[in-house]
Amino acid sequence: MTNADQELRRTSLYETHKAAGAKMVPFAGYEMPVQYTGVIDEHRAVREAAGLFDVSHMGEFEARGREAGAFIHKMVTNNVRRLEVGGVLYAAMCREAGGIVDDLTVYRLDEERYMAVVNAANIEKDWEWMASHHTEDCAFENVSDETGLLALQGPKAESILAKLIPGGGDLADVPYYGARYKDVAGCEVLVSRTGYTGEDGFELYCKSADAPALWDALMSEGGGEGLKSCGLGARDTLRTEMKYALYGNDIDESTHPLEAGLGWVVKYKAGDFIGREKLLALRAEGIKRKLVGFEMVDRGIPRHGAPILVEGEVAGEVTSGTMSPSLGKAIGIGYVPASNADEGAALEIDIRGKARRAQIVKTPFYRKS
Amino acid sequence: MELPSGLKYSREHEWVRVEGNIAVIGITDFAQSELGDVVYVELPEVGTEVEANNTFGVVESVKAVSDLFAPVSGVVLEANTTLEDQPELVNSEPYEDGWMIRVEMKDESELNDLLEADSYRAYIEEESG
Repeated sequence: MTNADQELRRTSLYETHKAAGAKMVPFAGYEMPVQYTGVIDEHRAVREAAGLFDVSHMGEFEARGREAGAFIHKMVTNNVRRLEVGGVLYAAMCREAGGIVDDLTVYRLDEERYMAVVNAANIEKDWEWMASHHTEDCAFENVSDETGLLALQGPKAESILAKLIPGGGDLADVPYYGARYKDVAGCEVLVSRTGYTGEDGFELYCKSADAPALWDALMSEGGGEGLKSCGLGARDTLRTEMKYALYGNDIDESTHPLEAGLGWVVKYKAGDFIGREKLLALRAEGIKRKLVGFEMVDRGIPRHGAPILVEGEVAGEVTSGTMSPSLGKAIGIGYVPASNADEGAALEIDIRGKARRAQIVKTPFYRKS
Repeated sequence: MELPSGLKYSREHEWVRVEGNIAVIGITDFAQSELGDVVYVELPEVGTEVEANNTFGVVESVKAVSDLFAPVSGVVLEANTTLEDQPELVNSEPYEDGWMIRVEMKDESELNDLLEADSYRAYIEEESG
């Protein structure tokens, strides 16, 4: 638990959450809803219908100007130079030594305007890191406080959202990992077809002051389609089932993108970026450990920090784990030696001092049937 | 919140139903509602000695692991193995099918340290501020 006398921040939806009966918890310096009716209930709503999450605590930085693209490109591992207006990409941001500062999404909002969306817990650190590399050639601004962000996720997300766009708006023009400005329920919204659940869905960027009205409009439109308000609890089980990394759990400054399974967002040929040389060297050396997904064979739920054993010896650590609501199985993510990282390989997880059998499985754990 | 009057309650949010020298133990309605969806319960084996105020098992919700504290000392006569497959009974029927262990009490005077329903209610109201 976070220190009780530490002043927690609130998003513009705080009153909305309280009125809806959310259970609030401290998260990344914010007082956020962890659940409304129950984690499993909310998880299922997202897999079967739709869920609405307040993720306004996340950070948004905007870079503007002729050199904005070059600046962001230098900061992250993915190819920002190739990003078209309206495009989105996922990337890691590294130190020179390869450690992950944060994982983030980058938007090209206009020819000379980019937005980086970062984890709430890392806003200050990322800002300092990026600002220290920023030159006078572009404007760079932290717009986190004035930006609201809702995630509407699930198979019914598109039909619910479409009803709130005047003129029977179509969302066919928003491709996966694409974003367009639209009028949604009278608010100017950047509609991005992205998410953290493995379902089709949208992340909706709006003015922070507009977030409550947008939330209410979505909830009343979506109620009949099974839309539920969802908290951070379900967000975590949904992303774990997809083996999406959570910064601070699965990745941090002591891990690098290659061992974390993020090699696919590292583009060496696209030009220089911070950490490129080190990552090239690491790739040439060969990766020593890998982030894998496993299922428990014995009873028990693997939790962050539990030791992973290979042939009786501690060989790694669980970084995330939960009881998967979709699969009804205990699943986990953790680092294991590259020599024992293949699908089917046996592991043991030390849970409360008892070694319990587990097995590496193919990920994502959850696949749409 | 349901707090049956015939039971004894601990400050760690377990309840005890006294049946002669046997204590049936579970967690309270308050505890289950604070935990949220219970997805895993680990209980001691029959014959295990449990000691008052020490842990005897764990209950896990989706998000968190919580220790279970024995309200009284004694020997475990039976553990509710149904909870292995249906941990959600702890949420839906905390005082009935969600019970956890039956213990043969060693020292029935330990029951005097437990709370009656009314004082437990006052205790949790104070705790949750």
